[in-house]
Amino acid sequence: MTDATGAPPPAAAGERPRPASLTELFLVFSALALRGFGGVLPWAQRVLVDDRRWLTREEFVEMLAFGQLLPGPNVCNVALMVGDRWFGWRGALAALGGMLAAPCVVVLALAVLYGQMADDPVARRALVGMGAVAGGMILGTALRLATTQRGRWPWLAVGALAFAAVALLRIKLAWVVLGIGPAAVVAAWYANRRRAGEGGR
Amino acid sequence: MSGADLLDLFMHFASLSLLAIGGALATSPEMNRYLVDERAWLSTAQFNDSIAIAQAAPGPNILFVTLLGWQVGGVAGAVATTVGQLLPSSLVTLACWRWKSAREDAPLVAAIRLGLSPIAIGLTASAGWVIAAGANGGDPALWAMTAVAALVVWRTRVNLLWLVGAGALLGAFGIVG
Repeated sequence: MTDATGAPPPAAAGERPRPASLTELFLVFSALALRGFGGVLPWAQRVLVDDRRWLTREEFVEMLAFGQLLPGPNVCNVALMVGDRWFGWRGALAALGGMLAAPCVVVLALAVLYGQMADDPVARRALVGMGAVAGGMILGTALRLATTQRGRWPWLAVGALAFAAVALLRIKLAWVVLGIGPAAVVAAWYANRRRAGEGGR
Repeated sequence: MSGADLLDLFMHFASLSLLAIGGALATSPEMNRYLVDERAWLSTAQFNDSIAIAQAAPGPNILFVTLLGWQVGGVAGAVATTVGQLLPSSLVTLACWRWKSAREDAPLVAAIRLGLSPIAIGLTASAGWVIAAGANGGDPALWAMTAVAALVVWRTRVNLLWLVGAGALLGAFGIVG
């Protein structure tokens, strides 16, 4: 038995690692959420893909894509999908509960402290430094995930377009998702069909 | 807080749930209108502080919704806003995910996978950019720190807590910022 943050037990060759129980699912999501200063996403990628190897990078990107397209917080949606994959709705509930329960207590405790901390210049400067790092960590996660698109230049351009629209032009995210999303799916549909057609001949 | 108020609080957040594409912050102006202007349950400062605290704390930023409910109506208020915010969107997400998972080889599912993945990556990058731009302003030292953090996450498997700690310390001692 490993603790929630420890290394996973070595899996037999050819066997995909997976959460052993609802408890493990809950604890792993608690642990990664509690470390998620300035964003849980870098930790979700690190723990679920790199450390635990429950998901491949491609699977993670796909879940993230769904999580962003659908309503609700991205990382919470990813938690629901991960939990559902192995344990159905009970897994979804365990993963989402793990993601929210412990951080909820921390946030409420911080709210009580906040009155004394808000005007403290040292705390304020520390938060700015953490913000700079948090932004960089999320950018680095995006770069890591971008390796799944290696060699797909037109699709990398689509990703760059989405980035430019939200980050640089500051267009509302919902408009970008609803605007570029369906167009990209239609383009992908035709690209897949053409490739299938070529393969068939 | 009366039962009718709690129900109203729950229904209001539930009605915003499905509009929260890309996160609940997108609907925060409407929450502000409801809680501060219409009901006068919270002050503008309380509202803005809730968002700031949830962003500084570990865990998903959606917890600002929990904090809003807690300030309005204690534990019952926190449950009303959090469950209201997450229940409808979670049901939709699970339904769509299961629909997709049952049809892995369908052309539409393959097209969604191919077409939306790069957008997801682009939007993730933009989220990082917006956070960094808000924290860094025009400070080159802070931007350098952002770049180093991005590089470390991209290329190495160094424990990310070292990065966060380094950012907090360098900021606190006024070395950057």
